[in-house]
Amino acid sequence: MAITLTESAAKHVTGFLTKRGKGVGLRLGVRTSGCSGMAYKLEFVDELGDEDQVFESHGVKVVIDPKSLPYLDGTELDYAKEGLNEGFKFNNPNVKDECGCGESFKV
Amino acid sequence: MALLQIAEPGQSAAPHEHKLAVGIDLGTTNSLVATVRSGMAKVLNDEQGRSMLPSVVRYLPDGSIEVGREAQRHQADDPRNTIVSVKRFMGRGLQDIAHSEALPYEFESAPGMVRVRTRAGVKSPVEVSAEILKSLKGRAEAALGGDLVGVVITVPAYFDDAQRQATKDAAKLAGLNVLRLLNEPTAAAIAYGLDNKSEGVFAIYDLGGGTFDISILRLAKGVFEVLSTGGDSALGGDDFDHRIYCWMLEAAKISPPSAEDARRLMERAREAKEYLTTHDNAPINLRLKSGETVDVVLTTEIFTEITQTLVSKTIQPVKKALRDAGLRPDDIQGVVMVGGATRMPQIQRAVAEYFKQEPLNNLDPDKVVALGAAKQADLLAGNRTSDDDWLLLDVIPLSLGLETMGGLTEKIIPRNSTIPIARAQEFTTFKDGQTALAVHVVQGERELVADCRSLARFELRGIPPMVAGAPRIRVTFQVDADGLLSVTARETISGVESSVTVKPSYGLSDDEITTMLQDSMAHAKDDAFLRALTESRVEAQRLIEATQVALHEDAHLLDAAEREKIDQALAKLAEVIQGDNRRTLNMTMDALVDATNEFAARRMDQSIRRALAGKKVTEVADSALGAAAGEEKQ
Repeated sequence: MAITLTESAAKHVTGFLTKRGKGVGLRLGVRTSGCSGMAYKLEFVDELGDEDQVFESHGVKVVIDPKSLPYLDGTELDYAKEGLNEGFKFNNPNVKDECGCGESFKV
Repeated sequence: MALLQIAEPGQSAAPHEHKLAVGIDLGTTNSLVATVRSGMAKVLNDEQGRSMLPSVVRYLPDGSIEVGREAQRHQADDPRNTIVSVKRFMGRGLQDIAHSEALPYEFESAPGMVRVRTRAGVKSPVEVSAEILKSLKGRAEAALGGDLVGVVITVPAYFDDAQRQATKDAAKLAGLNVLRLLNEPTAAAIAYGLDNKSEGVFAIYDLGGGTFDISILRLAKGVFEVLSTGGDSALGGDDFDHRIYCWMLEAAKISPPSAEDARRLMERAREAKEYLTTHDNAPINLRLKSGETVDVVLTTEIFTEITQTLVSKTIQPVKKALRDAGLRPDDIQGVVMVGGATRMPQIQRAVAEYFKQEPLNNLDPDKVVALGAAKQADLLAGNRTSDDDWLLLDVIPLSLGLETMGGLTEKIIPRNSTIPIARAQEFTTFKDGQTALAVHVVQGERELVADCRSLARFELRGIPPMVAGAPRIRVTFQVDADGLLSVTARETISGVESSVTVKPSYGLSDDEITTMLQDSMAHAKDDAFLRALTESRVEAQRLIEATQVALHEDAHLLDAAEREKIDQALAKLAEVIQGDNRRTLNMTMDALVDATNEFAARRMDQSIRRALAGKKVTEVADSALGAAAGEEKQ
């Protein structure tokens, strides 16, 4: 079981956390909603939950709740630029299908 | 695959629900667009990585329109169809525009707002501004990958209603939904207040391309209070360019140039100004279309000398704003520099000298306003929850209140309250059996209604007849995020309700607000005296009426001598109530109270006897409890 960040993603997360001035890491998760059933959650973490699993990648703590983990196992989080747009991208091997925009997916 | 941003804990947006919102600094010289991504405000760049979009629009012969640097490049060769600094014309008539004869445009006077004749037809400043906004909108949508939900556009604090409305119209024309217009200094304060977590009293010195604003703000626990504002809506970096331009004509002995040459000279003037920020002298070489050549060197000394009056023109409003806030230069903990023109060393020096401290400039002075606007837009679009500690949206420039007995102002919402806000206060009736109440909504700092501005009047009818002071009328003042005030009066026992909606800032110009504020300070002492006197008078009048009612009902409780004493005290009070001596009035009131003490006690005994007659002990205990509880509530 593992979740990783690319170096570029880790660099951006570290930068955002520094600017924000607080927070212990980055939370990844899934929840049911959206046009294809599941949606990603990407949040700063201020406090760890009791059941949270913590991975470390390029110096960034990646926090995941146990329910989300099966859907995200093996995921690599990347930071990408597409034209003027930029942001984080989930490379998730569990995804079978996603909606056109990629904001929600099926496993 | 969509690109995601990091959200605050627990605030991940549902898919397709993250609202794209941007802040736009629609500047005289340059415009910027910024947004909040992963919790950070960031200016959005164009494809070439440039953040500033020159506020220049050019109408081309083929009917197309160029905005920004492309348009700016043709300033010199196509001056009549290349509109720069259009912000100066927003909501302005031809007579309002300084140096209109020096500008290369064919102006056309039109009702309300000046128009410019171009090869694409007659254009209003609103249409020209809309082109700039459209360009920024395109950039933002490309960068964010979706349609914008709304924008916050900044305007100088001194913009009047017409100029603000023109800005809103331009946004509408560009297909943008304006969440709010935000004053530029307030936006800068938002950018600084959050990023630096500063507390204290600050001055925001904003010298942009075309406007100068000074604002005195108090920052405490993440909330800003605007203490005073001032400025000059026709003073900016462009004027410094103009001084250099005039100096060049003189130094190089050039005859009045053509529109095209003038434009090129102005361009060189600006370059020289920017060069002098980091150098001691700027050589200017140019061959004009007329065949004349310019070959001069502008030194820092000359530049400082020819712009000295402009620099001191900015210090005057600073002094005035401080005076209005009741502060001295050394009360200011920090001076925030906003606007590209504040990079000029002589400005930095003058500001440092006046405030006796080095100004703050750790954020890019060109970007602070856009960054603050972006944060505000993010908040207004609903991407953040309301527990953020910097909820300042805007403030109420003058206190809102209502008229109470004797023509006094009761302030419900004090000046400088941040909006949206709601405040309620309870009032009651003055006379026995009073069934209606007139609510007169006023705005101003003065104690007497006659000196404040009347905003609205309405009546609350259908109050059940009760003794004076028994009905409880809750008056609620509510100001929404757009500055719209609604006032509701509700009698809480019967539930009757009445309300009115007014727009407080409507028709009140900044000048009027300033005058009203100054009056309130100048008259503070008189007002306090008058207020105290009027309050005593109202109290005396109430006492007289209450005594008269009591005498009418229960005269049989008094013997002739007692009655005589009360009548005398009553007559004496009725006599002094018109006088100006508050002490005498209060003493006479005390005399009447003394004279009626015994009478009041007897009336009390009598009513208790009546109330108790024929009741069981348990019932009496219950009702006594009820009364006690009722008192506690009050």
